[in-house]
Amino acid sequence: MIHIKVEDNKGEVQDLEIPEGINLNLMETLKAFEYPLRATCGGMALCSDCHCQVLEGWDNLPEAQEQELITLDTRPDATGASRLACQIKLSEAIDGLSIRLIGENE
Amino acid sequence: MEHIKTDICIIGAGPVGLFAVFEAGLLKMRCHIIDVLPQVGGQLSEIYPQKPIYDIPGFPVINAQDLVNGLMDQIETFKPTFSLAERVDTLERLDDGSFIVRTNENTEVHSKVVVIAGGLGCFEPRKPAIEGLEQFEGKGVSYMVRNPELYRDKKLVLSGGGDSALDWTIFLSEVASRVTLVHRGDTFRGAPDSAEKVFDLAKSGKINLILQSHITSINGNGHLKEVTIQGKNNEQTNLETDYLIPLFGLTPKLGPIAEWGLNIDKSAIEVNTFDYSTNVEGIFAIGDINTYPGKLKLILCGFHEAALMAQSAFKYVYPDQKLSFKYTTVYGVNTF
Repeated sequence: MIHIKVEDNKGEVQDLEIPEGINLNLMETLKAFEYPLRATCGGMALCSDCHCQVLEGWDNLPEAQEQELITLDTRPDATGASRLACQIKLSEAIDGLSIRLIGENE
Repeated sequence: MEHIKTDICIIGAGPVGLFAVFEAGLLKMRCHIIDVLPQVGGQLSEIYPQKPIYDIPGFPVINAQDLVNGLMDQIETFKPTFSLAERVDTLERLDDGSFIVRTNENTEVHSKVVVIAGGLGCFEPRKPAIEGLEQFEGKGVSYMVRNPELYRDKKLVLSGGGDSALDWTIFLSEVASRVTLVHRGDTFRGAPDSAEKVFDLAKSGKINLILQSHITSINGNGHLKEVTIQGKNNEQTNLETDYLIPLFGLTPKLGPIAEWGLNIDKSAIEVNTFDYSTNVEGIFAIGDINTYPGKLKLILCGFHEAALMAQSAFKYVYPDQKLSFKYTTVYGVNTF
């Protein structure tokens, strides 16, 4: 199981348990758990609706690619802990990740 | 004020709105399209023009902008008219059941049918979280540069790190008396040429470049006078300015459509899948903006919805005529 702690836009915290071997990114996973992320671009790192702040587990994440960094540059609320959930592939390596969602909802 | 009379007023010039012109045209209905963006194509042109799309029937792969261009070619024969860079504000229903849609530029479109193909809504500037920002909108704060001459010999602060922040900093450095660019990061990932030019302008003293910083508050007395900038060590600096231009891209919002009495669920308009009609007679919603059991936000689903919508729209445009279904392979495409 992969464990991810998620704080939504209202401050509610939930511990998610996700089976390994699911071929999804974190944005798609959160949508599957019925988080109402808008995800305008569908996962191309172009809209930043799935903007999140990483509270724990930053070092276990894959490095952000150029497009994600360009898009984060357009967010007024981006910080050094910002990532786009759509660019984080679900894997055992990110077990223990803790994030706060600060992007746009549906 | 511009007054346009047409059969169908389509709100949204994305792929589904454009294809609705084709389906309406086959049934001899004329269309006028309104879109808040200055170009047609909706999300495809605004967000991902160079991305490949793999699920358009007949095209194993097509670049998003090429699809938009192809749709424009396909509908040209039906001579649609456009109001671009205009936001739909109000909808009025007349006694005869027809509609008048008004835009923020005072364009009035009088039509028998309204089709909302607004995607995820109206693209609006993304606003930074600064207390009191909205009370200075139009009084020193604006989110786009409409008329650069407004800033001649004035003091400006721009904030943002994307291409538009870089491009306007470069352009306005020749117009304003002082330009300050505030950016959260310490590098720019936009066009390398623009980033280099901005660093050169800063080095030569033509602009102030304040990196690893953001604006935390703004002040003024009726008009903007000062911004407070916080640096990476939380140090705060006040800077006098005449204008603040936050440039953080665009994000879709449902906007005034939410006030039109339509049934809305999670920012999407509920429709009847028989013909994608809404709860308001004569108003249809197609594409990503609608919702129904089993809805998939796919361009190809929006095309299907446009075809069915047109069949029902016909009875509002030609109430005395009987519609007989015709294949383009038999009858071709008859222009107006």
